Amino acid sequence: MTDSIIKLTAAEIAAKIAAGELTAVEVTEAHLARIEAVDEKVHAFLHVDREGALAQARAVDAKRERGEKLGPLAGVPLALKDIFTTEGIPTTVGSKILEGWIPPYDATVTQRLKAADVVILGKTNMDEFAMGSSTENSAYGPTGNPWDLTRIPGGSGGGSSASLASYQAPLAIGTDTGGSIRQPAAVTGTVGVKPTYGAVSRYGMVAFSSSLDQGGPCARTVLDAALLHEAIAGHDPLDSTSIDAPVPPVVEAARSGSVAGMRVGVVKEFAGEGYQAGVVQRFNEAVELLKELGAEVVEISCPSFDKALAAYYLIAPSECSSNLARFDAMRYGLRVGDDGTRSAEDVTALTREAGFGDEVKRRIMLGTYALSSGYYDAYYGSAQKVRTLITQDFEKAFEQVDVLVSPTTPTTAFPIGERADDPMAMYLADLCTIPTNLAGNAAMSLPCGLAPEDGLPVGLQIIAPATKDERLYKVGAAVEAAFVEKWGHPLIEEAPSL
Amino acid sequence: MTVTDLVSYEDALATYDPVMGLEVHVELGTKTKMFCGCSTELGAESNSQTCPTCLGLPGALPVVNATGVESAVKIGLALHCEIAEWCRFARKNYFYPDMPKNFQTSQYDEPIAFDGYLDVQLEDGEIFRVEIERAHMEEDTGKSTHVGGATGRIHGASHSLLDYNRAGIPLIEIVTKPIEGAGERAPEVAKAYVAELRELIKALGVSEARMEQGQMRCDVNLSLRPNGTAKFGTRSETKNVNSLRSVERAARFEIQRHAAVLSSGGTIVQETRHFHEDDGSTTSGRVKEEAEDYRYFPEPDLVPVAPSREWVEELRAGLPELPRVRRNRLREEWGVSEHDMQSILNAGAVDPIAATIEAGADAASARKWWMGELSRRANEDGTDLAALPITPAQVARVAELVTAGELNDKLARQVIEGVLNGEGDPDAVVEKRGLKVVSDEGALTAAVDEAIAGNQAIADKIRGGKVAAAGALVGAVMKATRGQADAARVKELILAKLGVEG
Repeated sequence: MTDSIIKLTAAEIAAKIAAGELTAVEVTEAHLARIEAVDEKVHAFLHVDREGALAQARAVDAKRERGEKLGPLAGVPLALKDIFTTEGIPTTVGSKILEGWIPPYDATVTQRLKAADVVILGKTNMDEFAMGSSTENSAYGPTGNPWDLTRIPGGSGGGSSASLASYQAPLAIGTDTGGSIRQPAAVTGTVGVKPTYGAVSRYGMVAFSSSLDQGGPCARTVLDAALLHEAIAGHDPLDSTSIDAPVPPVVEAARSGSVAGMRVGVVKEFAGEGYQAGVVQRFNEAVELLKELGAEVVEISCPSFDKALAAYYLIAPSECSSNLARFDAMRYGLRVGDDGTRSAEDVTALTREAGFGDEVKRRIMLGTYALSSGYYDAYYGSAQKVRTLITQDFEKAFEQVDVLVSPTTPTTAFPIGERADDPMAMYLADLCTIPTNLAGNAAMSLPCGLAPEDGLPVGLQIIAPATKDERLYKVGAAVEAAFVEKWGHPLIEEAPSL
Repeated sequence: MTVTDLVSYEDALATYDPVMGLEVHVELGTKTKMFCGCSTELGAESNSQTCPTCLGLPGALPVVNATGVESAVKIGLALHCEIAEWCRFARKNYFYPDMPKNFQTSQYDEPIAFDGYLDVQLEDGEIFRVEIERAHMEEDTGKSTHVGGATGRIHGASHSLLDYNRAGIPLIEIVTKPIEGAGERAPEVAKAYVAELRELIKALGVSEARMEQGQMRCDVNLSLRPNGTAKFGTRSETKNVNSLRSVERAARFEIQRHAAVLSSGGTIVQETRHFHEDDGSTTSGRVKEEAEDYRYFPEPDLVPVAPSREWVEELRAGLPELPRVRRNRLREEWGVSEHDMQSILNAGAVDPIAATIEAGADAASARKWWMGELSRRANEDGTDLAALPITPAQVARVAELVTAGELNDKLARQVIEGVLNGEGDPDAVVEKRGLKVVSDEGALTAAVDEAIAGNQAIADKIRGGKVAAAGALVGAVMKATRGQADAARVKELILAKLGVEG
């Protein structure tokens, strides 16, 4: 029973609950049992809210019994990245500095999930403050990739992607500052979407880099991602940067996937040194598939993209150095050295020393330096100029094509520990995903096969212009359907059973 | 450096030319904070007016208070500034426990208003133009209370208490360009500028600008240069000078201190200084060896502010008459001297008098009551005229009763006292206390006869032509009528009885 429930898609679960074939409590219990059985090995969750999840599930069942109309995701379990505040439930952001903090308020995303009757199973592991591409930077230990537990599940949202790939949840929420939704999706054979900047409220999403951070849906299918996208997106008066316009018709697009007559651009710059052969091969096959499905494929050059990584590693640390200044031991979270003999300044310094991990400290220092007077123009200022150039590259590209495609990440999942001491190697994992964050437009990663040399998932990235998120789903659904037909089953079914 | 080390003010000015820069922070009187919906009401229980945003909780975000922006634009327009077509907030990064995010959301190189001026009128009527560099929007910090130290300062304190009710209250910071050419009148200009700015802010209705409550705070930057030279000297920054008198004193003290240091061959250290209300001195605060690096950058959590030209013009059209212009108009209407008008302004009586005239009183009576009896009472109670529990309409009614001869001045003072004591409207006080002028001629004649009979010697003097002696008989009659007679009528009756022409 459990096995048949956990392999259902979110859309299927919701339909069965609505039809009375399953109760939300049964579905929730099945997933809690799965977590119980496998998460010791995977370590996708930092906190499982068993009671809260069952209470939410019971409420959904009661609603149904009263004959009330249920939403499209009512009763579907979800794994929430531990970067969103949850009233009464710990929120650590993968950091020791917030260990034990119980937020007094719900993030807008949390509220919308609850309002949609989604069952929140718990909070998922992540690189500390979303800084990383492997989840190894979590202060609470790494997460394993369900395809090979000795390998990374991507990052920063490795907990969310791993929970999907190991059937601990059919839906998850991630956040994407430089690729933290898409790269984990790619290396775990799942689907992840970074919506247009401003599409999903950032209120209650602990900030890493405010101008780049964007919450988004993670799922095992394109349609499930669309359903979740629709549930969490939309204008929020509490977030000034949220888009005040109707949510694009993503579900409709996911239900009517097609690329016939569409113009698809292959980004020339996303190739060459550092790209694993199997990744390139699967990507090229996906491009061929697009042609077979009726898309017109052209090569597009985005010459500024080679500066994206450098610009990103100035802008993101700069903003983070300011965003993370509030963790000073005065109001919440960890407090070290407060023995009555030390000044507030010393307690703040000792707390930050003990509470932040190396990567977080590295970025705070980088950012503090980049913003300091005398260096601002050369670093932060130049990075902003590059950002403008990248945006212009995208604008020019989208004059010629409807969407762009690329590999999501240059390699498949690498072994845990392999790049831990080499930050530059780690940063390269986000080479293809970062330009989208800098420009603020939308992108999706979905599986396009297993690399022949290691048998690990490869992700196809689809990039759309800002506010045209529905194109991701239109194209993604068509590609997904064609691949499933070709393979005879969804790729995720080839994952080991754990 | 002690006060005795100063050179005299005259000697200082004989050698040096002061240059000032004034930075004034005004707390806006918006109902809610600059970036969240928390109340700005003063006096609430500590930390009761806070939310995730103004506490800087992880994940919380700011949203700009539209009324705050409107107030900033109004202030900018009233200061003849240009209003930015597009500007951003910026983060000013520094660590301090009373600042929840450890950055202040402020504006840096894109202020909402810039390049303006304010004409201020000095005591003798001279107009001095103070150029405005900029006015920008920002948020206030929380409040630290240091416990256990001797002076209330952090040094020596055993612990500190933090109250974030003030954190996030909207502030407008108004910065002047260097004020040159004021010479010996620099301290007076500083005071007049802050006073005029306060009047302006109040007239705009954007803040009550009560300096004693910290709603308006002033930093006085001052440097000296040898007379006849152009290059500015090194400045000191005297922080939190929070009364008009203190602004003048702080400027004066710094002129004398700088002159003493420079004259003895020393150099001025660029530093912040604390002002001491008790003796008007300043002492060294924090030395700024190098400019503090606030690592400003555009606030990514807020969208740019872009006031449309139509809206700005709408606000410009709706600006009230500027206080200085209004004062000059009223001064002429009331027929008072520059000097008297200055006293009226200093007493905070301009608006009450204007309102009393509006309510029907003549200018002289309105001025008499507010500047006399009521000012005295406000002084005694240590409060503002405007805060006295009497309305201009009530004062106008008292004046009306006096004009009609129903009250004399003495009775009128009692009526005002009754109103201030909460006994009701003037008419009610007259009724309750029985304070009508005795106008019953029969009763009055009897009292006059009695007074003459009881004071024959005085009556004889009056008969002999010493009319001034009538005062004593008037006094006797007033006493007999418990002050409720019209003294002028009493005098007439006495003189008539005694056959003397008044």
